[in-house]
Amino acid sequence: MIEIDRVSKSYGGRHVVDEVSLAIPEGMFCVLLGPSGSGKSTLLRMINRLVPLDGGTIRVGGEDVRRVPPEVLRRRIGYAIQSVGLFPHWRVGDNIATVPRLLRWPRRRVSERVTELLELLRLDPADYRGKYPHQLSGGEQQRVGVARALAADPDVLLMDEPFAAVDPVTRAALQAELLRIQQATGKTIVFVTHDIEEALRLAGGIAILEHGRLAQWGTPLAILEQPASAFVGEFVGGAASGLRVMALRTVADRLRPNETAAGEPLLDEASLRDALAAMIARHADRLPVIDRAGRPLGAITLADLVR
Amino acid sequence: MTAANPATAGSGAGRLQLHNRVLAALIAAGAAGALAVGFVTLAPNRLVSGRPIGFVVACGPHFAAGMTALALVLLAAAVVPPRPALHRTAAIIAAALFVLVLATAGHAAASLAGAAPAAARISLGAGFWVVLGASALAVIDGLQRAGTSPWERLMFAATLAASVLLMTRSGVFDSLSLAHEYWAHRQEFAAALVRHIVLVAAAVGPALAIGLPLGVAAAHRPKLQTPLFAVLNLLQTIPSIALFGLLIAPLSALAAAWPILGSVGIGGIGMAPAIIALILYALLPIVRNAAAGIAGVDPAATEAARGMGMTARQLLWRIELPLAVPLLLAGLRIVLVQTIGLAVVAALIGAGGLGTFVFAGLGQYATGLVLLGALPTIGLALAADFLLQTVATLATGRLGR
Repeated sequence: MIEIDRVSKSYGGRHVVDEVSLAIPEGMFCVLLGPSGSGKSTLLRMINRLVPLDGGTIRVGGEDVRRVPPEVLRRRIGYAIQSVGLFPHWRVGDNIATVPRLLRWPRRRVSERVTELLELLRLDPADYRGKYPHQLSGGEQQRVGVARALAADPDVLLMDEPFAAVDPVTRAALQAELLRIQQATGKTIVFVTHDIEEALRLAGGIAILEHGRLAQWGTPLAILEQPASAFVGEFVGGAASGLRVMALRTVADRLRPNETAAGEPLLDEASLRDALAAMIARHADRLPVIDRAGRPLGAITLADLVR
Repeated sequence: MTAANPATAGSGAGRLQLHNRVLAALIAAGAAGALAVGFVTLAPNRLVSGRPIGFVVACGPHFAAGMTALALVLLAAAVVPPRPALHRTAAIIAAALFVLVLATAGHAAASLAGAAPAAARISLGAGFWVVLGASALAVIDGLQRAGTSPWERLMFAATLAASVLLMTRSGVFDSLSLAHEYWAHRQEFAAALVRHIVLVAAAVGPALAIGLPLGVAAAHRPKLQTPLFAVLNLLQTIPSIALFGLLIAPLSALAAAWPILGSVGIGGIGMAPAIIALILYALLPIVRNAAAGIAGVDPAATEAARGMGMTARQLLWRIELPLAVPLLLAGLRIVLVQTIGLAVVAALIGAGGLGTFVFAGLGQYATGLVLLGALPTIGLALAADFLLQTVATLATGRLGR
């Protein structure tokens, strides 16, 4: 649980973060979304006190971050950044072991943890542990960066555009990897990005920032379907946001129960976008719907997709 | 650069093409030096300037033929198509030539001395230095082209140094005026060499102790840089003799005011002002390289280190300083070479060291004595430079840069 309570920051009289309040429940994947200069990175860096607060309070796990020495606080919070910042003179294993060693874990436990994390990030420990960062590709470096952030098993993970510098294919793989890890470990993640697609893909909750102010805070669907302002509507894609809704809504939402149709059936948990793609591919405007067990549930029509 | 070029292939000897211009130029320069100016000089006594003796006369037919043969082999190496093995062989031949040049000079001196009165002095001539320099450069050129590893170069340098030492020990150079001066000043020589090294160590050690923290501070506080570097640059512009002189007055005054200082060796002349001046000169390269080394650390690495909970001290010792090591070593290399050279001037204010012979030799117009001070100084500087370069290459290699 991270409670951000009327937090402000200004540089030279300019409000970079302006009275932002946000309560991020435990285990949520929260995305801070906004254009550059909206204050999202600054807000993120205030959580681990890399940026000092001018006003307001931030509590992590119920504790005011200003009551803890900054180094102690940061060792309890994972941190990954776009430029990765692996230490070039340390091997991959030593990089991952950074925080456990700062916490003076026993040598054996550190070594076991490094192995565990390399496996979690699907990097062969025997192969990768002894490599230097310059021997890795960009995507591998970012995997090591995420492993390093997870090393001391923090409850909270802060990530500042971690996948912005890798190619689209690698980025998609890393996003899937991160979702899997988040679902498996139940960590609270605060993730900064300016990429709406990435936000929709990852987020359980999205906070949209505009000029340091919180413009909207809600689920991806709520933000797409009920934008709180013209700015939010514009930022999440204007007219194109309908297509994004289709990627989030499932066939089950628009199902005609107990009706029937001919053709190969759709899964009820498929997105409306997948349904549209299937109809185009099969030249059909009406398809049957089944559940995972194969039981027929009903049908869906082309008109239902845009209802 | 293949034989396909019609201008060079047209002569019919298509494969005879100049592949290594540097080596050819060095051989030409060596040959010109050997033939145009005296290889050694002969003077009737220690205090008058000598008469140059030509290469062939001085060396005798056997040594002259041997050196010519090695030079011709090197020339052949310059015109055959290059391969790494060829460059390595050329370096070995050039090294053999280097040793032979030294042996020839010793032999020439010995044969001239046999026919001359006891007071006569035989010194090394301009021709000798040109040939020796050209062969040394040919060694370096060959090693560079062969892409040798730092260890291989170290082995090469050690072998050359050992053979020079061996020749010295077995008396090859005993008839040269340099050797006469050495035997005449044997006792002082060992003391002066030790004193020189002590001067350098006593200056570079404290300079590191002062300069490294200053460099770190400058890197962390950019506002400090302008005034700090203004002062250090100003110090560097003061001529060394002037700085040694400038320190005499305040230090004498200090010693006069507190006699206890004088009793521990602090005074207007002697080692104290010399070491202070050498420290002041050493500060600029150390501070500049330390600041540049730390400022050059990837900001992402320091951001990540801070974000993971390193304290400022941990960040400095675990991340910033290790990553600045290549530049720190480069700074240390500059400082060592500079201080070894500057310490010669310190002899002027009674600090001792190898400069003593240089200034005594200059005063007496005895080039042998000047060389007795200058050659070990050059040797020390070269050794320090080479060792630190090797260490720096190895340290940088680990970072994969």
